[in-house]
Amino acid sequence: MAKVSLQGVSKFYGKVQAVKKIDLEIIDKEFLVLVGPSGCGKSSSLRMIAGLEEIDEGVIKIGDKEMNNLEPRERNVSMVFQNYALYPHMTVEENLGFSLKIAGLAKTEIEERVHEAAGILDITEFLQRKPSQLSGGQRQRVAMGRAIVRRPDVFLFDEPLSNLDAKLRNQMRTEIKRLHQKVSTTIVYVTHDQVEAMTLADRIVIMKDGIIEQIGTPLDLFERPATKFVATFIGSPSMNMIKASIIKHNDKLSMKTKDGIIVPVPKDKQNSVSEGQKISFGFRAEDIVPLKFGQKPSSAWEMQSSVNLAEPLGTETLIFTNFGEIEIVSRMFTPEQVKSNDVLDFALNLDRTYLFDENSGLAI
Amino acid sequence: MRKFLNGPWVLLMPTLIILTCVVLLPLLLSLWTSFTPFKLTKPDTLYRFVGFRNYERLIGDLDFWIAFGRTVLFLAIALNLELVFGLGIALLINKITYGQRTLRTLMMFPMMFSPILVGFQWKYIFNDNIGLMNNFLREFGVIQPIPWLVDGILANVSIMAAEIWSSTSVFAILLLAGLLGIPKDPIEAAKVDGCNSWQVFKNITLPFLMPFVFIAMTIRSLDVARAYDIVQMMTGGGPAKRTELLWTLISRTGYVDAKMGMANAMSYISIFLSIAFTFFFFYKLVEARQRLSYE
Repeated sequence: MAKVSLQGVSKFYGKVQAVKKIDLEIIDKEFLVLVGPSGCGKSSSLRMIAGLEEIDEGVIKIGDKEMNNLEPRERNVSMVFQNYALYPHMTVEENLGFSLKIAGLAKTEIEERVHEAAGILDITEFLQRKPSQLSGGQRQRVAMGRAIVRRPDVFLFDEPLSNLDAKLRNQMRTEIKRLHQKVSTTIVYVTHDQVEAMTLADRIVIMKDGIIEQIGTPLDLFERPATKFVATFIGSPSMNMIKASIIKHNDKLSMKTKDGIIVPVPKDKQNSVSEGQKISFGFRAEDIVPLKFGQKPSSAWEMQSSVNLAEPLGTETLIFTNFGEIEIVSRMFTPEQVKSNDVLDFALNLDRTYLFDENSGLAI
Repeated sequence: MRKFLNGPWVLLMPTLIILTCVVLLPLLLSLWTSFTPFKLTKPDTLYRFVGFRNYERLIGDLDFWIAFGRTVLFLAIALNLELVFGLGIALLINKITYGQRTLRTLMMFPMMFSPILVGFQWKYIFNDNIGLMNNFLREFGVIQPIPWLVDGILANVSIMAAEIWSSTSVFAILLLAGLLGIPKDPIEAAKVDGCNSWQVFKNITLPFLMPFVFIAMTIRSLDVARAYDIVQMMTGGGPAKRTELLWTLISRTGYVDAKMGMANAMSYISIFLSIAFTFFFFYKLVEARQRLSYE
């Protein structure tokens, strides 16, 4: 049980700086997810915590102990790898017990702990099999079992579900969450999948190009994205994002798009923008709805547009339509048939429209 | 007949004819001669069947069995040393990040020399009068020249040195290929699981490498079991049969003493040696691969 702290940590690969002086405090027993597109430095950060990559700059501490010059084996961390990394020449039981055997534990103790872990993960019946005789999901469970038998200070997960099919992924996601509740140990989990991040994390760290864009709870990130990147990365479908510049229109500040569409600046943002400023404004699919099938929000801006494509998903329907030249997506929760080329009136909820400065990418 | 000519046999025919001519017939002929007192100088003897007489004589022939035993010993020592050196070289080269290709090429240089030349070269290195070795030792005060190629044990050691020099790179290359093919993840997992470098090597790297070890062993056991050229060049099996291996003995019996029938009988016995080694290493290879669940 321990907290983990990264202080000004950097990683270089040749001249490329993969991780740029990041600071991060991971609280004891927290489930922290590092998420970002590939190449953002999330895996490098995790591997530096594990000791598999050298720390080129800064300090990593687990508990109060500095880890920089310790070998992986001296850090008391467990890691679950993307492609399981099981030992193919050992049975499941030997895989699970390997670290304990190396640590020199007594046979009875090893057996006890292996069976306990196997029980938690429901793999007791496979103990005598080789990894090659298991399915992907079973292998992933063995990999997790191998991590928990050691009772480490910190669990490290490196995209553990990427190799599984969609159905199994959902199932294993739930199991990982349940596992965290059972063993209550600090977990650092790396993924590129924002759904995984949202569902698993106590707190999410969003990284891009080696820097941390935002740290917060899943709802924090969803409701109050700090940057344009976070806004488009979190949530599915992606937030609609439209470039505009601020102009004076009928004595009020408004946003004018490239196609000449003018939308008033939301009331609470009136004082935060200035005329001539380049911005992007974003809104989620559920915040622009067809008037016919939804409720008109209190502070609405309306437009008329024809449907390019409709995707009925049962509980909801995604409608792709145009906002000037830009295609946007709208989500409605009524089971109505919408056809391509239908012309609909849409209402945009201005209270839930986000503004980002175009130069800095920061939220306004 | 028509059906026969149209069948797969037609397609196999060229191979079958060639194999019959270059492998099967010579094999049968040599087997036949081992049952005759065939001498190259007296062609008539080819048709005199004497049954197992050659084999019976060989069973009581001490010289033959000493050569046989020496070959087995030579094989065992040379293969193991080559494995150890080859593994060491492969592990070191695998660690290098810069200039690995150049080193790999340099490492193969000994393989590019004809064994005859290797024999020549080492014969001069170990020559007791003008050899490099004794010259070198003299610098350190060893005035009395050491009879490298004359003394019974030293002569065998010298031949072994030449053999190891020329063939260690076979092991190194095969094992390096094996090392390059080992997945990174299990090794990293083992490091996180608490292994130090030696434990990683023993528990993860080595099991992954074993199939390659046995492939190298199989190839090299066949090579060494027919060792001839280097020995012939360096000592010719002498002096006084002190370095006699199976094939130097067989070639002398067949060509110098002209007893081809007897030589072929020896060959047939010694082929069992090769078959035995091959069988053993193949068995081990399959076992090692099964352990890794490849099959």
